[in-house]
Amino acid sequence: MALKDITLGQYFPGNSLIHRLDPRTKLIAVALYIVALFLADFFLTYAIMFALLCLAIAVSRVPLRSILRGMKPIVFIAVFTALLNLFYTSEGPVLVQFWIITITLGGVFNAFFMVVRIMMLIAGTFLITYTTSPILLTDGLESLMGPLKKIRVPVHELSMMMSIALRFIPTLIEETDKIMSAQRARGADFESGNLIQRAKALIPLLVPLFISAFRRADELAVAMECRCYHGGQGRTRLRQLRYQGRDYLVLAFLLALTVLVGILGHMGL
Amino acid sequence: MEAILETKHLTHTYSAGTPFERSALLDVDFSAYKGEYLGIIGHTGSGKSTLIQHLNGLLKPTSGQVLFQGEDIWSDPKRTRLTRFQVGLVFQYPEYQLFEETVYKDIAFGPKNMGLDEGEIDRRVHEAAYFVGLRDDQLDKSPCALSGGQKRRVAIAGVIAMEPKVLILDEPTAGLDPVGVESILGNIRDYHRVHNATIILVSHSMEEVARTVDRLVVVNDGKIPFRGTPREVFRHGAELEAMGLGVPQMTRVFHRLRELGVDIDPSVYTIDQAREAILAKLGKGAV
Repeated sequence: MALKDITLGQYFPGNSLIHRLDPRTKLIAVALYIVALFLADFFLTYAIMFALLCLAIAVSRVPLRSILRGMKPIVFIAVFTALLNLFYTSEGPVLVQFWIITITLGGVFNAFFMVVRIMMLIAGTFLITYTTSPILLTDGLESLMGPLKKIRVPVHELSMMMSIALRFIPTLIEETDKIMSAQRARGADFESGNLIQRAKALIPLLVPLFISAFRRADELAVAMECRCYHGGQGRTRLRQLRYQGRDYLVLAFLLALTVLVGILGHMGL
Repeated sequence: MEAILETKHLTHTYSAGTPFERSALLDVDFSAYKGEYLGIIGHTGSGKSTLIQHLNGLLKPTSGQVLFQGEDIWSDPKRTRLTRFQVGLVFQYPEYQLFEETVYKDIAFGPKNMGLDEGEIDRRVHEAAYFVGLRDDQLDKSPCALSGGQKRRVAIAGVIAMEPKVLILDEPTAGLDPVGVESILGNIRDYHRVHNATIILVSHSMEEVARTVDRLVVVNDGKIPFRGTPREVFRHGAELEAMGLGVPQMTRVFHRLRELGVDIDPSVYTIDQAREAILAKLGKGAV
């Protein structure tokens, strides 16, 4: 069944340098990476960013195929953006002029760099979810957002909700798969018919799925209360996050690279 | 005997081409004969669920064939769909798949998908409800208003209403109390007898299959190491235990007796058989 192949946010267990980095390091690193991507301006800077991405993927040992597969849904957006840039940029020499369409050299460059930027953005952020378990990721987020607690943002509750949501994605996918099989065994047809017929065909799937999601939520709430869960106050952790030497190295490296790309980009390279 | 459902060299691999690649079935030749009551046993993850989902075309073989009444069920899409109606599959914990407002409508879902007319659907719903012991006044209730055991009956009725020639049930008694277990097994036996249907019962309870089935198939590690009558299969007590399956209590007693040096038939699995074997051993014959 195709449902099991959804890779978005799927964690690839491993023991590479990137896997072992502190989740906070990875989050900050990706933020820097995104900033640098937007500072990049022309071939040289994009080449530097591309090299960085390739290096990260190589070090992480996540199969390239999985990353490419995860990027499939983005292709449409990327192509759409590229077309917009292609037709609505008027810089540099005119290459093609036809009816109301004018394509300039600047437009071609813009379109190309925009696609590269979006693809690299997605690939880079995917790398985090591929190399960090959801639990560590939310731990990292909670820790990074810690200062917000001072202005009464319920950081712990938010991150708990996020961990639970992440935790239940595979469970719900499995459940969907099971209910779909059960209804198909009774002759339900999810694959053919027009839009309305297909929407109707989903009822036998969605009703049991919702019922079971609510049942699970209820059971989980009871189980948490049975173990005296009462929110974040005074709660200690099993896994303490601690920065290691490698975290500082990676962060320094990325910071330097961002500054470099910023300067080079500013010079229009 | 005539085989109604067969697999030939059936192999199934999950998530092929990813790090999660896993073979669930390896070159499996399986057959179910017309009108028999067949048991499939195997522990969790042995591949038995994968096997039964191939039998009605829910999963497509990675390689190999599934034949229903001698025809490959994947030869064309119409046949695949038809097979799903002829080979009824009741999943584990089927009560979680109920979705309609009333019990009646839920049982009618399968027959409706078959394109039957109103009168026929009505007849089938009532008959299926009767088979699983639901009262007429329960048909208008919401499935949510029923108890867990009753919900399961509704779900089983939903498959029986399609009047399949082969009825496959995956752990139909899991999580029920002893009375519920007996009554569901009784309902299945009734369907078997009245429709002369082939029943395939998946279970991990040795006692349960030993009591009910004519023939047993053992699934382990994606293969079928043993098959035959319960007596033949339980003779392999030690191997079954090594697979984490165990044998009925009575068989275990007799295996132990043999270990202690008593020359006695080790394939006994019911109390009646045990009595006969002991009496024969004592040289008194049946009483």
